[in-house]
Amino acid sequence: MKKLVLLTIAIFFFFSQPLLSQTPKTEMAELMRSDGRIYVVIAVILAILTGLILYLVRLDRKIAKMEKEN
Amino acid sequence: MKKHWWKILSVCLLAYTFIAGMLGPVPRLPLLQETIRNLYFHVCMWFAMMILFTISVVHAVRYLRTLQPKFDRSSRLYAGTGILFGLLGYGTGAIWASFTWADPNIPLIDSFSTIARDPKLIGAAVALLVYAAYMVLRDSINDIDKRARISAVYNIFAFVLLFPAIWILPRILPSLHPGNEGNPALDVKNDISSSMRIVFYPAVLGWTLLGVWITQLKIRLQKLEDKKFES
Repeated sequence: MKKLVLLTIAIFFFFSQPLLSQTPKTEMAELMRSDGRIYVVIAVILAILTGLILYLVRLDRKIAKMEKEN
Repeated sequence: MKKHWWKILSVCLLAYTFIAGMLGPVPRLPLLQETIRNLYFHVCMWFAMMILFTISVVHAVRYLRTLQPKFDRSSRLYAGTGILFGLLGYGTGAIWASFTWADPNIPLIDSFSTIARDPKLIGAAVALLVYAAYMVLRDSINDIDKRARISAVYNIFAFVLLFPAIWILPRILPSLHPGNEGNPALDVKNDISSSMRIVFYPAVLGWTLLGVWITQLKIRLQKLEDKKFES
């Protein structure tokens, strides 16, 4: 029983530590990152990049073909 | 494939920029917070613009030395892509500023007068307008040789004007932009942190190469059109 009480107190102190030592911190996107949602953003911007690059590649090929014909 | 290695390099560097730029460690700064990552995008636009304008002026000088029309063509099209990157830099800067420099307690439009007073904004606007005038000047001359020669000379003047407009004046006057005391983004000792530098420099190269790629396509297309026009 004593052990259990000690353990509870220890756990309480362990979790309250961050609450007690709170300093004004600059807020960053940690939560978003731990949720893994920043990867959604990366996927989106990579999709846009891929689209643009594919467009450029196609244009490049088309012009190369035109150059060959001339 | 041999000729295309730099295009592949550009794509790889941009992909690296997008991934490392979002996930890499950045300094925790009040107010800026995560927007500090805009360094990899907004600032790179201006770097790419500067490099493209430099390529343009080099071609202008080469035209004046050789009088070969192909240099005039390159000079014109590199300047065009430079303007595009400058406009993108302006647009991204406007978004960034409205969430960092703008006073959140008053409507956004009321912060405009304080932000628009920033000397770097005015200098960049002057530089872009000078290059816009280059386009207008070109298209207003019908004679091909005269057009090429006059616009090549004007291009050199426009490039020289970039130095006071975007480098010297903003350094002298107080500015909202950081890094006025030294070489912003290039000062290795006490500017941006090293964790950001390993993303920023590849990003500059990647964006610039993308600009060069776009311009190369435009040049090749223009060449074909010119050939059709001649025959």
